[in-house]
Amino acid sequence: MPPVKDALLLLLDVGPSMDSVLPEIEKACSLLVQKKMIYSKNDEVGIVLFGAEDTDNELTTEVGGYQHVVVLKKIKVVDGDIHEALQQLPRGTTDGDFLDAVIVGMDMLIKKFDQTNKGKKRLCLITNAQCPIKEPYEGTKEEQVTIIAKQLTAHGMKMESIIFRGKLGQDANREIMDENDHLLNIFSKETSTRLLYLENPISLFGALRTRNITLVTTFRGDLEISQKLSIKVMVYKKTAEEKFPTLKKYSDKAPPSAQYATHELKIDYEYKSSEDRDKVLPPDQRIKGYPYGPQIVPISRSEWDAVKFQPEKGVKLLGFTDSSNIFRHHYMKDVYVFLPQPGNTGAMLALSALARAMKEMDKVAILRCVWRKGQSNVSIGVLTPNLSDKENIPDSFYLNVLPFAEDVREFQFPSFSNFPASWKPNGQQLEAAANLIKTLDLAPHGQPEVLLPDFTTNPVLERFYRFLELKSKDPDVAVPPIDDTLKKITEPDADLLLQNKSVIDSFCRSFELKGQPLKKSRRLWGGKRSSTNDVIENASVKVEKIGDLTPAQNASVKVEKIGDLTPAQDFEALISRRDSPDWVVKAINEMKNKIFDLVEDSHEGDNYPKAFECLVVLRKGCILEQEPKQFNDFLKHICNFCRENRLHSFCQYLASKDLTLISKTEAVDSDVTDEEARSFLVESEPKVE
Amino acid sequence: MELDADDFFRDEEDQAEAQDSLLEGELSKEYVVYLVDASPKMFNTLFTTQQEHQKLESHFHIAISCISQTLKTQIITRSYDQVAICFFNTREKKNLQDLKSVFVFNVPEREFLDRPTARLIKEFDQLEESFSKYIGSQHGIVSDTRENSLYNAIWAAQALLCKGSAKTVDKRILLFTNDDDPFGSIKGAAKSDMIRMTLQRAKDAQDLGISIEILPLSCPDAVFKISQFYADLIGLEGDDLVDFMPEAGKKLEDMKSQLRKRMFTKRIVKRLKFTIVNGISIELNSYALVRHTEPGAVTWLDSVTNRPLKIERTFICADTGAVVEKPTRQFLPYKNQNITFSMEQLSEIKRISTGQLNLLGFKPLSSLRDYYNLKPSSFLYPSHEGTDSSMCIFIALHRSMIQLNRFAVAFSGSSSRPQLVALIAQEEVIQSGSQIEPPGMHMIYLPYSDDIRLVEERYSDTSGMVTKASSDQIKRAADLIKRVDLKDFSVCQFTNPALQRHYAVLQALALEEDDVPEMKDETLPDEEGLARPGVVRAVEEFKTSVYGENYDEENEHGIGKPTEASKKRKAMVEFATTECKQYDWGELADTGKLKDLTVVELKYYLTAHNLPVSGKKEAIISRILSHMGK
Repeated sequence: MPPVKDALLLLLDVGPSMDSVLPEIEKACSLLVQKKMIYSKNDEVGIVLFGAEDTDNELTTEVGGYQHVVVLKKIKVVDGDIHEALQQLPRGTTDGDFLDAVIVGMDMLIKKFDQTNKGKKRLCLITNAQCPIKEPYEGTKEEQVTIIAKQLTAHGMKMESIIFRGKLGQDANREIMDENDHLLNIFSKETSTRLLYLENPISLFGALRTRNITLVTTFRGDLEISQKLSIKVMVYKKTAEEKFPTLKKYSDKAPPSAQYATHELKIDYEYKSSEDRDKVLPPDQRIKGYPYGPQIVPISRSEWDAVKFQPEKGVKLLGFTDSSNIFRHHYMKDVYVFLPQPGNTGAMLALSALARAMKEMDKVAILRCVWRKGQSNVSIGVLTPNLSDKENIPDSFYLNVLPFAEDVREFQFPSFSNFPASWKPNGQQLEAAANLIKTLDLAPHGQPEVLLPDFTTNPVLERFYRFLELKSKDPDVAVPPIDDTLKKITEPDADLLLQNKSVIDSFCRSFELKGQPLKKSRRLWGGKRSSTNDVIENASVKVEKIGDLTPAQNASVKVEKIGDLTPAQDFEALISRRDSPDWVVKAINEMKNKIFDLVEDSHEGDNYPKAFECLVVLRKGCILEQEPKQFNDFLKHICNFCRENRLHSFCQYLASKDLTLISKTEAVDSDVTDEEARSFLVESEPKVE
Repeated sequence: MELDADDFFRDEEDQAEAQDSLLEGELSKEYVVYLVDASPKMFNTLFTTQQEHQKLESHFHIAISCISQTLKTQIITRSYDQVAICFFNTREKKNLQDLKSVFVFNVPEREFLDRPTARLIKEFDQLEESFSKYIGSQHGIVSDTRENSLYNAIWAAQALLCKGSAKTVDKRILLFTNDDDPFGSIKGAAKSDMIRMTLQRAKDAQDLGISIEILPLSCPDAVFKISQFYADLIGLEGDDLVDFMPEAGKKLEDMKSQLRKRMFTKRIVKRLKFTIVNGISIELNSYALVRHTEPGAVTWLDSVTNRPLKIERTFICADTGAVVEKPTRQFLPYKNQNITFSMEQLSEIKRISTGQLNLLGFKPLSSLRDYYNLKPSSFLYPSHEGTDSSMCIFIALHRSMIQLNRFAVAFSGSSSRPQLVALIAQEEVIQSGSQIEPPGMHMIYLPYSDDIRLVEERYSDTSGMVTKASSDQIKRAADLIKRVDLKDFSVCQFTNPALQRHYAVLQALALEEDDVPEMKDETLPDEEGLARPGVVRAVEEFKTSVYGENYDEENEHGIGKPTEASKKRKAMVEFATTECKQYDWGELADTGKLKDLTVVELKYYLTAHNLPVSGKKEAIISRILSHMGK
């Protein structure tokens, strides 16, 4: 089948009132074109600007009028040229008339495709719709818009409108906007397409659908309510993760002169006998083995096919249940949507009646789904109603897959009510938390919700495509930082924080962070408890009463991390763990970090003795474990760090304590002589001054 | 080639998952000794009248079926854990120290304490019938001897658990008994002596890092009194003692699930730093409470020797055929050139956030739509390595979020896929003494706009004839819903039939049995219930109200016009069928001339006979031959 060709005409408002958001529009549209260049190379794109300084379009030359509408790029197959044009759009000087642009766009599409390419012709209007459109020569604006909308439908065109309002300026005219909104709504209804109002620049990326994915049914057929009643439905994926584009493995083996080299790396797998390394087994001499406990059971394909679980294709209702019986966190996968079969009024009404009744009664339906013939597993899903508020969109359902008994792991966690008083918030702290929650509100009443997933683009993909473009021009370019607009997705909104500074400050004050470390815990069962309350149950940690630990018992304590209380002891315990070689590395690394933290957090040297104590045990450990380089490098590093960060006093402190590098005599692996070792700190001192 | 693509072409996320499970694996294994009291008292059958129908069961049977159930789950989910099954108060003896009245049940090719095998499960399932013949029940503590079977049992269990270091292995003894006063028949000094010795034995075992748990079995008429003796044995005091004994008459079913629950040990998937505001952060651990259970990785074997094969992967340059080392760069064709990326650059691109989990704000629970989901959620609980004030912050937020009906929106900067997450505070749910839902927060991974598809709009009706149901139709639907109500539905009530089948087949093959036991597919609808007259009537009324009289007609023909695609498919089949008739397939097959036809020609046959058309030429030919029965 030839690739489906999609023609898209971007109608962009570049009038003066759009100046502030044009950079975002440039970025979002570039992304769209870039993705098309990768995923649908044959798609065609054109660009029409309105509110521009100049006038350049065929209708002006043919019939006159249509001022300030510029055809920046005619409709053509996506390429670097179109992408380039979007990078820097010319800023306009006049207020744009979106209706002129729509007519010019429609004319272009008709001229180019006529009646062909039905349903694959789209107009995408991006404007703030703050400027009035001209009065028509005859009839009302409304009539004119309706005529044009009907024309669009007749020619098989769709028109999407993205209205970007942002924070309204002083000069915004409510009346004009309302009129425009009304007109645009006619387009939306007539051509049954989206009309979106955005306030936030981040949403723009998400609102402009950058990829056109062909929808494939997961299932079409009967939703069996009972043996006597089934409803014809179509099931589609509602969500599916958009992955990174698939990259190929690169080979530089081909000579540079080879013009048609693919530079691809192929992966080859060889199945070799474990006894005879040179023996490669062909496919017919191999058999699959499945683990069952310690055994591996060989099963041939035919054997397997004969006995495996083969459910019949079909989607069956098991029953309805209270929505409270289903936990939101049990949703397992991406989501499906159940739509009535198009044109089937009965199915549409049946789904609508069920959805509305379920919504009213707060019920959900449980289904058993086998999507395809020959599928070897079933899934149990929960069907939740999705009522439509648009008259041309039918009511539908969402289906989420639920876990089976095997998939749920019922771990036990200590309940908060058993905690000691110091772990529980008091009334004032609870209030501080409640205030924080109320003020950091992302869906304030009467205002549009911020960070709505439907309009939030994936910043990683955006960054990747930008990097791709930069790299195509300069192969040595570094990875660009994340786009400033998209930073709002990864970090809290600075404005929001600033506005609510007092609440946040009072929250911070309520919870003083320098708290007592939670005690290491013991198992709930077994042994006597020192106190019933301050036990936090943790299956992996078994500690006797902390108070009376003798060194011998210490070994039986499972230290997994260097804590704040007794870092030196923790380190010794950690480094002497013999159950995995990784502990040594882990211990050394954690200790280094701990020392760094201690020095950094030190106030007038109050942590120095502790840091020194840690350095001494680290030194000892590194000698024992034959890792002198680790210690030496670290000591050098921390001294450098201290010098750069005005912490000279620590180096002086160390020098006064006669701490030296590990020399060759102490550990053979060291490349430091005795002389160097001794003089290291002493020498480094004068340099500082 | 029959290659298991899934094993090799994992994307980065899978790799991250694999690493996660590695982290899990590194944490402790578990060694468990089941100590089952086999005294005659355990064999008394009792009537359980909790449910409508009476059941005759002995405590011994309950214990055995609990263990059997656990073993079957364990061999699937945690086959590296080791178990031993040990009876006490037995006639025969079999144990390491040759102690009286203690019998360790085992099967060949297996140590006493070892990983469970198919054979162990099978023979254990049949044990009950042969128990009296081979092991026998006998009360071991009798007044005139100095024998102490409970003491012996704990000692034997301790000896079994001496292998493995207490640091890496979680060692447990699970004791099933219905005798709350094992030394009841002894009098005088001997009694206190025996009690003291037994308690000392238990304490010694606990000092060695072995925990002892009691699973008491109560008779309906006499509740098991934990304080009689066992409270001291396992060291219960104060409040715990009160909490320990679940209320009298607790369902036996609960026991089973409780046991299974305790079989799992918590494993931390990831440690996270949750940054709230102004640099205030708290340490959290994430856990995987819900994950899809896979039937286990496939191992390729030599079909002759059944020995595992070594799979070697080589990279070959497609241009020169040279064998290359692991590639360090990847590329994407773009604007007529190949843009290459180093692995560092690719991971740099994904590093878009400074923190591991940054709080962005809060939203009401109603804004969390049902389609905001991509993968199973994670569970967050404060790390015990934090401070009491960080615990305090967590609890304060947790409580306030529940109270205000809000969830937190945060950005999770994981290395595999940085994304927005919703944090939902979960209140603790306790049902009949056991925790159903732990307190903490569920982290739900939110989709990006790129991941959400606009299906509804795309399939909206352009003719504008969309109709919503009338209030009468909705009322009929409501009647139907009321009729088909699953009252106590819980997600855990279904086992995965495909997985159960898989393991039944494996077990049968592992034990070289001829037939695979039929599994009941619990996921099928309750046909009987749906055929009840009340339901049938509700269905009929709903049908008439929505479809009128022509339900059958409408559903027979579906809609008036078939879709574009189905028309095309139909045409293709018709075309293939006529083309297909021009060949004498039988003749071609017999003379071995099929291979002389082109793939296109061969596919006529497949399409005409409604067979899959995929695969290489050889595969297609063999499919045709097998379809013709040759």
